Amino acid sequence: MLPKIFFGYFAVVMVVLSLLIVTRKNPVHSVLWMLALFFHIAGLYLFLNAEFLAAVQVILYAGAILVLFLFVVMMLNLKEEVMGERFGKEWPVGISIGAFILVLFFFTINKFSQGPTGQYTIERIKAETHTKAIGSVLYTEFLLPFEIASLILLIAIVGAIVLAKKTK
Amino acid sequence: MNIFGFSVPAGYEFIINLVILLIKIGIVVGITMLHVLYATYFERKVIGHMQIRLGPMRTGFHGFLQPVADGLKLFFKEDIIPAQADRTVFKIAPVIFVFAALSSLAVVPFFDGFVIANVNIALLYVLAMSSLGAYGVIMAGWASNSKYSFLGGLRSSAQVISYEVALGLSLVGVMLMAGSLNLSEIVSAQQQHWYGMFLFPQCIGYFVFMVSAFAETNRTPFDLPEAESELVAGYFVEYSGMRFALYYAGEYIGMIVMSSIAVLCYWGGWTLPPFLLKALPFLAVVPGIVWFLLKVYFHIFLYYWVRATVPRYRYDQLMGLGWKVMIPLALANIVVTSVVRYIVP
Repeated sequence: MLPKIFFGYFAVVMVVLSLLIVTRKNPVHSVLWMLALFFHIAGLYLFLNAEFLAAVQVILYAGAILVLFLFVVMMLNLKEEVMGERFGKEWPVGISIGAFILVLFFFTINKFSQGPTGQYTIERIKAETHTKAIGSVLYTEFLLPFEIASLILLIAIVGAIVLAKKTK
Repeated sequence: MNIFGFSVPAGYEFIINLVILLIKIGIVVGITMLHVLYATYFERKVIGHMQIRLGPMRTGFHGFLQPVADGLKLFFKEDIIPAQADRTVFKIAPVIFVFAALSSLAVVPFFDGFVIANVNIALLYVLAMSSLGAYGVIMAGWASNSKYSFLGGLRSSAQVISYEVALGLSLVGVMLMAGSLNLSEIVSAQQQHWYGMFLFPQCIGYFVFMVSAFAETNRTPFDLPEAESELVAGYFVEYSGMRFALYYAGEYIGMIVMSSIAVLCYWGGWTLPPFLLKALPFLAVVPGIVWFLLKVYFHIFLYYWVRATVPRYRYDQLMGLGWKVMIPLALANIVVTSVVRYIVP
């Protein structure tokens, strides 16, 4: 019972927060509601015994990426944004696409079946801690995808420096 | 379940545990707030004597009641909110700042077995909470609707993001040595070695950690967000009364948390090095909390000492130091530590 209440709280609050993010007139307020959303996502990870992911979610998304969002939003002159209409003229199209996807989800959710249970049960993760489990899997089984992902990130970093540096 | 000889009926264990937890939180928060009060007093005293002044002398014996007088004054001051400020954000910002600082204390073990939440990702949790604290600063800077506040907020967020990288990387050395992110396990891992402190093998990591901790808590020589001569007081210029006091307290709680992490990760926490105990066995009588507090006080003294010694950095120097010196040093430390740990398991 308690887990269901817990999940229900997170699900409802996350939907409400997402709505708040897209409907606020002031973009800074949107970013701050997004911060609350990220903390709820981290809470959901904790609920799944994924404590490492929860911490990384907060450190990376709330601590770094969202601060950059906030920087950009604060630096731009947003006087007109706050005065004008929140949504463009195309909003009915957006809503109908959203509603269509929602209906699609509604019909497919009955077909959902649980996948095969892997070797990492909750008891095993609790015994050897989530951080160790995720680390050992990343560096043995999924070493190649992990390295490729890190290479792509490195290219992005180098690319950002090349773009930012003025040619003399 | 038995508590103090009384047997507890099966269904009530949850409530009893909750009550014990609340009492623990009350003790930790209460003692920390007392430390914050007297940290301000000793800061003024220590810096005063370093500059051949006396510091506060009037209120009580040698000014010992000065923090109480300061607290009362701030408590009764008028709370002013600027007319053009974003009222809600302006009110929430200091609460977020103090909340982030205080909740870091939840994972700090003060002595053997006394910790509010014994989580496995304690170090990451502390990093996450310190990044939440940055929002208190940015929100204050933006919501005040004043250019000094705004500049202070922007400076602070850039500084905190840059130095958080170095802070996290410097702790990786400790994680490699201890093989855990749990602070209690890190302390017991240090006891496995004869030297008993990661300070010796991790001296580079400790140096990077302390420099980054100074930058993270916005203390001199990295107190650019509140550089008085340029920005009046930075992000909290527009704050007065209790809200100002919250920022003030949050900064000192941040110092205490960073000092505690330094003590737990590098100085062996509440334990003494085994070689010292072998040489002077009578030291084992002293309870662990005494050693922990002494080590934390030393680090807080270090904050004052540096403040009285070093002038403020320029902003480009601060960024250059962070990205070009501290992060490469921390990365080199990780490589060397991993290689040594691989050869000597």
